[in-house]
Amino acid sequence: MPELMQFLMSGVTVGAVYALVALGFTIIYNASDVVNFAQGEFVMLGGMMTVFGYAAGLPLPVAALVAILATAAIGVALNKLAIEPARGAPVVSLIIITIGASIFIRGVSQVVFGKQLHRFPAFSGDAPIPVLGATILPQSLWVIAGALAIFVGLWLFFTRTLTGRAVLATANNRMAAQLVGINTRYVMSLSFALSAAIGALAGVLVTPITLVSYDIGISLALKGFAAAMLGGMGNPKGALAGGLLLGLMEALTAGYISSQYKDAAAFVVILGVLFFMPQGLFGTKTTERV
Amino acid sequence: MLSVEGLRSRYGRIEALHGIDVEVGSGEIVAVVGANGAGKTTLLRCLSGVQPVSAGSIVFRGEQLTAVPAWRRVGRGLAQSPEGRQIFTNLTVEENLRLGAFLFADDKVGRDMDEAFAMFPVLREKRNLPAGGLSGGQQQMLAIARALMGRPSCLLLDEPSMGLAPILVAQIFEVVKGLRALNVTVLLVEQNAFGALSIADRGYVMETGRITMSGPAAELIVNERVREAYLGL
Repeated sequence: MPELMQFLMSGVTVGAVYALVALGFTIIYNASDVVNFAQGEFVMLGGMMTVFGYAAGLPLPVAALVAILATAAIGVALNKLAIEPARGAPVVSLIIITIGASIFIRGVSQVVFGKQLHRFPAFSGDAPIPVLGATILPQSLWVIAGALAIFVGLWLFFTRTLTGRAVLATANNRMAAQLVGINTRYVMSLSFALSAAIGALAGVLVTPITLVSYDIGISLALKGFAAAMLGGMGNPKGALAGGLLLGLMEALTAGYISSQYKDAAAFVVILGVLFFMPQGLFGTKTTERV
Repeated sequence: MLSVEGLRSRYGRIEALHGIDVEVGSGEIVAVVGANGAGKTTLLRCLSGVQPVSAGSIVFRGEQLTAVPAWRRVGRGLAQSPEGRQIFTNLTVEENLRLGAFLFADDKVGRDMDEAFAMFPVLREKRNLPAGGLSGGQQQMLAIARALMGRPSCLLLDEPSMGLAPILVAQIFEVVKGLRALNVTVLLVEQNAFGALSIADRGYVMETGRITMSGPAAELIVNERVREAYLGL
């Protein structure tokens, strides 16, 4: 029993990270139908810049804030320099541009930050907290709380604010959005800034547990993408559920079968779900009259 | 109120408008009629700013509009109900209307929405349903209501009768006629020349990117050429 509990704890922690990455995907996807594969790089940049800010003598919260703001600025730059000039290109081309951007960011990071692993101290110490016979790190609680807070914030943003609905409207019909007075360029920049900031926050929260190196972005982007697809792309609820499910599947497979199979098991389950529910668990079937 | 001079526009290398002159006076309903492909929709798209203009001028309430981006023109009082309705299909009817008043955050938004529901009661019944599930006629009503939520002084209406059952066509034209009482100037583009000219003050006939005739709607509707070419009489 304590064994199962321990697997669940680590599954939820990893799942919360995937959920944060998946939530980052949601915003840009909602605004533009583009899946931004540089999302994992935002996570890396958040962690990495916090490491260096902290090492340069900034207090940890300040270093984290600076890293999140700087990553948001990089997100806006990505939109302005790479996505906006290609506007009008098919979505697939834009997605390939984001893959190119992720390779570029990774390359620059390797030169700037080096190849070694980096870490900064956990926010509330490293003493494990006992829970029902298992233990959980205080930093894991920070990660889970962060994922929940971002989820609630995004849900409120998309359903309760006019700006959030303007983002949805821009994705649904860019021309009509302009016709009601929405500055669609601003909406795109805002989406990239928010997505990047959420990714960076994930990096800040998770670095004390997993450490950060220049190349952690690829696998995070893939797992986050899988989580978002599992839950239903574009839906914050789906991103949260998909991330947690993926994390739990991985942890249970690693615990009871073999850690070598954890990725395979997770992806088999995802393929199974998508086979029967192509829209994902929370995705809505789109029916439109034309 | 709206004055268009020598307007030219192109899709790639093909010029769709070859110098259009149109005047719309305050409080008027002006109809632009013509066959499919005459450039009517391109003209409206130039006016609302979603189609680039290659030459000519658009002056609205004394201001040159050609360099003003589309999303700013709503704030100047020029709203468009576009061809094919272009409602936000994944949002609810009420959210569509609220976004129509995107530029406003005052108490009048609620009152305007009540007025829209009074104008189209069926929208009130469906206010919490996704707009993509509405029938064609209901989507058209929503498109007009959404444009009106932007508090326009001039409304550009593109083919509001397209694809609708005759009884709905009559209803839509009644609504457009009623806009006069709300002090909204209307520029109406229609293939349904008879319906459009019978509610308009003045009309323009468009053929292959040019204005070929213009005059009071009552005169155009009895004009032999117009009757033969567009009214099927």
